[in-house]
Amino acid sequence: MSLLSLSNVSVRYGRLTAVRGVTFTLAEGEVLFITGPNGAGKSSLLRAIAGVTPPAGGRVDFADHDITGEAPEDIARLGLSMVPEGRDVFGSLTIEENLMVGTGMHAATRGWRARAATELEAVYATFPILKERRHSQAGLLSGGQQQMLVIGRALMTTPRLVAIDEPSLGLAPNITDQVYERLIALRAERKLTLLIVEQSSTRAMMIGGRMMLMRGGEIVLDGDARALGQSEAMQAAYFGYGDH
Amino acid sequence: MGGLMQVVFDALSLGSLYALGALGIALIFGVMRLVNFAHGDVIAFCVFALLWPSVDAVAIIFAGNLPWFLLIPFTLAVGAGLSVLSEVVVFRRFRRVNPATMMIASFALGFVIRYFLLMLFSSRPKSILLLPGLSQPVEIFGARIPLLQLITILVTIAVLIGLTAFLRRTRFGLEMRAAAENFTMARMLGVRANRVIMGAFALSGALAAAIALILGSQTGTANIMMGASVMLMAFIATVIGGMGSLAGAVIAGFALGAIATVMQVILPPDARAFRDAFVYGAVILVLIFRPQGLLAARGTRERV
Repeated sequence: MSLLSLSNVSVRYGRLTAVRGVTFTLAEGEVLFITGPNGAGKSSLLRAIAGVTPPAGGRVDFADHDITGEAPEDIARLGLSMVPEGRDVFGSLTIEENLMVGTGMHAATRGWRARAATELEAVYATFPILKERRHSQAGLLSGGQQQMLVIGRALMTTPRLVAIDEPSLGLAPNITDQVYERLIALRAERKLTLLIVEQSSTRAMMIGGRMMLMRGGEIVLDGDARALGQSEAMQAAYFGYGDH
Repeated sequence: MGGLMQVVFDALSLGSLYALGALGIALIFGVMRLVNFAHGDVIAFCVFALLWPSVDAVAIIFAGNLPWFLLIPFTLAVGAGLSVLSEVVVFRRFRRVNPATMMIASFALGFVIRYFLLMLFSSRPKSILLLPGLSQPVEIFGARIPLLQLITILVTIAVLIGLTAFLRRTRFGLEMRAAAENFTMARMLGVRANRVIMGAFALSGALAAAIALILGSQTGTANIMMGASVMLMAFIATVIGGMGSLAGAVIAGFALGAIATVMQVILPPDARAFRDAFVYGAVILVLIFRPQGLLAARGTRERV
């Protein structure tokens, strides 16, 4: 049963087409890397799925709902949590406040406060540094800590799918390792479905799972990350030579 | 000593009005980057809501005769209601366009409100007696202060404490602060855009109503232009405070009140007529050295 399915999705900004006719499905529990060079339309695709930039054409289904053109808050409330590029922490809020913002979506259900408190402890257990600094302003955290905060913040909404845009952007390699280590552990613990956008395919090849390569707004390759990574088609598509 | 205290209380009560006005503007700017020029007309509307429509020179006081414990909630509800209505009817449609278009829409809305009042009440100022009994003086530290001035200051302090507690301690306040900093991100975390924006408008409208009550009782007149003078200073206070920074708006509001009052005292009598020119001069000086305002709000900073 697929959790997320896109059919023929396109995204336009004025006259510029950033994504053209993207179709794929993502099953519950799967890990999907979307890689590709700068400007391939990866972030635009994520923004369309999250409802930030409504698709210009096509259809997006998530958890048995047609979410095409729905508001971001409604999509988030269905269990699709987006971690955008550039670690958008609320800098003037404390770490704990950042984490709590998303729990309001469950405020209509019984016992949500108790569950939010449990969830908070779970996030603190995964990222102890956040607990240590929970009352300090999020804007004062280092890049790696902010990345952990936004992942933790996404988890606080108890999502079914987490979509992360460039978690390694601007981070030192060893910090990126830590972030990925936690992500993979979380995935096993919570049976999370992950959609990760990265410019480079190295991570995907290290971690394994499914990988798609985007170029010029289209998906040009789709397959097992390790197998794809070593193929010549990958090299060709990535660097833009060959017949594509 | 008495004279000095008099100046201090004058400055505080004038600053209170500016601070309340600036807060009303900053709240809305914070969540939707709208500079709401209709805010002053909401103030005038709240005063006229207490009267029965007539173009006669003599005001027919209607709701204004309510006892204070009904009058105050009534006026606050009128302000909040009109403000929320303007969001639903006007600003919601402009949310995705650029801020300049929204600002012009707010000018238009202000004119609609003003001419609506003009139609019902004529442009003649009317004398009204609102909350009588507040004009009697009380003695503090040897200065004779009108009770109303004291209440203005106390009410403003209470509003500031209440608003701070609301923003810091409640879930809705947390969502508003998050939305003010990064609206899209807040929405991606399930924060409902409409709810937050309507909440900001309701709060802003209630603040306008508070100013209406204070101005109405202070001046004893109802005038369709009465919001304009306070709002001009309040706008300046929001700019100096750093657009969208609530703390900045309040601090700048009080600072402007203080500057205006002190100038009134220290300027030679011949120059007093030009007091406002000196106040604006001081504003220009501040903006030369801190163009981003005293406390720049995070959401409005340039992203690197």
